[in-house]
Amino acid sequence: MRYAMAIDTLKCVGCSDCVIACQMENNVPLGFCRDWVVESVHGTYPQVGLELRSERCNHCENAPCVRCCPTGASHIVDGGIVLVTPEKCIGCGACIQACPYDARYSHPEGYVDKCTFCVHRIDEGLDPACVAVCPTKCMYFGDLDDVNSDISKILARRKFKALAPEAGTNPQIYYLV
Amino acid sequence: MKTRREFIKISALGIGAAAIAAQSNKWGLGSPLFAATKKGNYTSATKIVSTYCEVCFWKCAAWAHVDDNGKVLKLIGNDADPQCNGRLCPRGTGGVGMLYDDDRLKTPLIRVTENGKQTYREASWDEALDFIANKMKEIAAANGPESVALFNHGSAGSHFSHLLKAFGSATITAPSYAQCRGPREVGFETTFGSQIGSPEPTDIRDTRCLVLIGSHLGENMHNGQVQEFSDAIDKGATIITVDPRLSIAANKSKYWLPIKPSTDMALLLAWIHVLIFDELYNKEYVEKHSIGLEQLKEHVRPFTPEWAYGITTIQPSLIRNTAKEMADNAPSVLVHPGRHVTWYGDDAQRSRAIAIINGLLGSWGARGGFFMKEGASIPDFPHPAYPKPAWSWHELLNGKFPFATMSVSNTFIDASIASEDNKHPIKAWFIAGTNLPVAIPLMSQMEKALQDLELVVVVDTMPTEVTGFADVVLPECTYLERHDDLRDAPHREPTIALREPATEPKWESKPAWWIAKELGERLGLHDYFAYDTFEEVIKWQLEQKGLTLEEMQSKGVVVLPRKTESPYLDPKESHQFKTPSGKIEFYSSTLAAAGFDPMPVYTPHPEPEEGFYRLIYGRAPMHTFSRTVNNPNLADLMDENTVWVHPKVASLWGLQEGKYTYLRNQDAITSDFPIKIRVTERIRWDSVYMVHGFGHNRKELSNAFGKGIDDTQLITKVLIDPLMGGTGMRSNFVTFASTGAHNEEEAAI
Repeated sequence: MRYAMAIDTLKCVGCSDCVIACQMENNVPLGFCRDWVVESVHGTYPQVGLELRSERCNHCENAPCVRCCPTGASHIVDGGIVLVTPEKCIGCGACIQACPYDARYSHPEGYVDKCTFCVHRIDEGLDPACVAVCPTKCMYFGDLDDVNSDISKILARRKFKALAPEAGTNPQIYYLV
Repeated sequence: MKTRREFIKISALGIGAAAIAAQSNKWGLGSPLFAATKKGNYTSATKIVSTYCEVCFWKCAAWAHVDDNGKVLKLIGNDADPQCNGRLCPRGTGGVGMLYDDDRLKTPLIRVTENGKQTYREASWDEALDFIANKMKEIAAANGPESVALFNHGSAGSHFSHLLKAFGSATITAPSYAQCRGPREVGFETTFGSQIGSPEPTDIRDTRCLVLIGSHLGENMHNGQVQEFSDAIDKGATIITVDPRLSIAANKSKYWLPIKPSTDMALLLAWIHVLIFDELYNKEYVEKHSIGLEQLKEHVRPFTPEWAYGITTIQPSLIRNTAKEMADNAPSVLVHPGRHVTWYGDDAQRSRAIAIINGLLGSWGARGGFFMKEGASIPDFPHPAYPKPAWSWHELLNGKFPFATMSVSNTFIDASIASEDNKHPIKAWFIAGTNLPVAIPLMSQMEKALQDLELVVVVDTMPTEVTGFADVVLPECTYLERHDDLRDAPHREPTIALREPATEPKWESKPAWWIAKELGERLGLHDYFAYDTFEEVIKWQLEQKGLTLEEMQSKGVVVLPRKTESPYLDPKESHQFKTPSGKIEFYSSTLAAAGFDPMPVYTPHPEPEEGFYRLIYGRAPMHTFSRTVNNPNLADLMDENTVWVHPKVASLWGLQEGKYTYLRNQDAITSDFPIKIRVTERIRWDSVYMVHGFGHNRKELSNAFGKGIDDTQLITKVLIDPLMGGTGMRSNFVTFASTGAHNEEEAAI
């Protein structure tokens, strides 16, 4: 099993519903977020375009945050999901520095927090909160090892990219372009 | 100068307010919203309650997830609701923040003078309601009940409409007509005999070609439309967007027409020219359903794409190609009527040009064009007939605006300024759910009116700007704490949605239905409010539709069958349009008879002087104008607006990304606050852009105070639509100023 997410930049309107749905679902304190929206503009008026990306932890196969964690708080579970065990985390912040995607933040309660792919929802057969709420249905979540999953099918059909491939982390968030 | 009605800052109330706030613990709701639990919200909800959203007026049906302590944890869209299909927009998802906003109004307030200074003091509900009812009786005795007016927006409005109508007044208005969508209703009614209404019957889901004229779907987050917009992208529909700004929608378009602002009419006329002279129009449909093609053809003969090029800056080839693209996809093509369309004062005519193009393409009644919507027609709870008012909004038009189909808010303001010319003076305002100073331009007029009125009552959840002008402020509870009318939103299928309280009202706040009923009882109108709880009303209404409350509680939304078979017109059948001729009217004799252009013409609009830039405003997906900017969750997503400036303009003025500037308009009005600069290639060099609804000057809105600029403050030049009274707001020009007119303290007063 290999969980991954594909996000269609051609449909995303950048509304940030994914951000607030995650905050509500996961009790993310105000002022912090586990996912966020990036807008990158290219060209000059009127030959100008933009790309909108909902970004979050890439649940990397080769995860530097897990490698650098001194206590084993950052770890990988079934399906390749990278998690942090708050009780084990000492809040040293090494993982925050190691992450090429700036996906982690220090929770005010003293541990490092980030996207969990809503593992508590996946366990119940639900999509992550961001995927379930998206008004444009631009996000696909599922198992890459299952060739019949929506995500496998869309990645087989569409052009896509991942972020910071040069970091060599083998990220599992794919952007359809 | 001391005035009768000084603007009062509610924050000056001090200790009393704090004591009231502490009472919140009796509901068990005193704990902070985001007391972090490491488990997440998901596992802790113990019940779900049906509601529909009130953060905007799309009113998506939702489930409130509530825990044992009555705390609302999250809101999730109702899968059965065609308005949202189980997916709320960011505002709906963040609706909980409206409930747990500590800046909310907590108790009734009455204006008093203490030591020569006006202030508010807390009052009991009995005292506040007695005061209002007595004043209403006095005013009615002297001037007639009609002189009590209502400004409303949102669900609370219907309860106060009912109260006023029972009292004998139909002097009821909303800024949503003359400040927003009124012109398109007139443009479409004079062409098709039908208004657009809300939600729009736009068949975006099945369109092959979507044309947006300044509409920024995706930033304008009307949920169902945005969802269908995404579906249309999936299905490969052609999108054509006309906008001086690279909007999100423009970026998703096959054709983006970066038009010179204020010249849309020239483009529309050139499209009509191409459709007719290149014989691209839907001949069968036009022949069967319309009148006036020949006159229209002669009218648009000179309006070639080459003519329009010199006005719009859009290449003639692009005008031709896009017209052809529309025709190729006809009738599954939709030239969207827009929503906020009060731009340049000839907006009803521009909307008519849009309607005419849809008529030429045959999209009215076609799959992928405009569908024929149907509502659930929920009967009113039994009450005696309303007394017939001696006058109402019609008379306030004073013979102007003959095509206004709804009340024009500005005529209400004029009628409230004391003057001997006022045949129908307004003496009292109820203001429910609308922050008038930010919603209606020309604050100077409104301030005059507010001084002259004998009674101003504001019903709101938040201490918005308008509350500072009230004699009595009534704290309404949020939509998550109250019953409201069943939702009847006409669409492809009729639907009914239920709103029940997810939790107890916080502090001393009360539902609008209760406030209206209590006033009604005091005014001797018991027969109009012959129920103890609003649940009784809903139960009775559901029974009339063959439904039960229990069923609605378990489903939240019920989709009813249509009375007519299909939402589309049968192309083989004839159709009676509700115009005078029974046909689609490309030439309008009604307009001609009233002395207006029977077919739309292009008029040049004011241009900025050197050093000034056209002020364009719009929306952000996480906010609904000023009503959400203090919501802690939504403010967390976006807490200030920015001014978008083209890089060349920025370099000319030495403006740096992320720094702040004040803006000054053509009438030398300077913004209260500075605004953050956003240097971007997404905006034309002759315009600046900002999101509407920010720049609040009330400190008691702790998340919103002083953040960004209120564009309405800079909209001091208003071009009035002679057909329907719309206030065109896009002919204001701004320049950059290093200092503001006021310091912060002055700005707050």
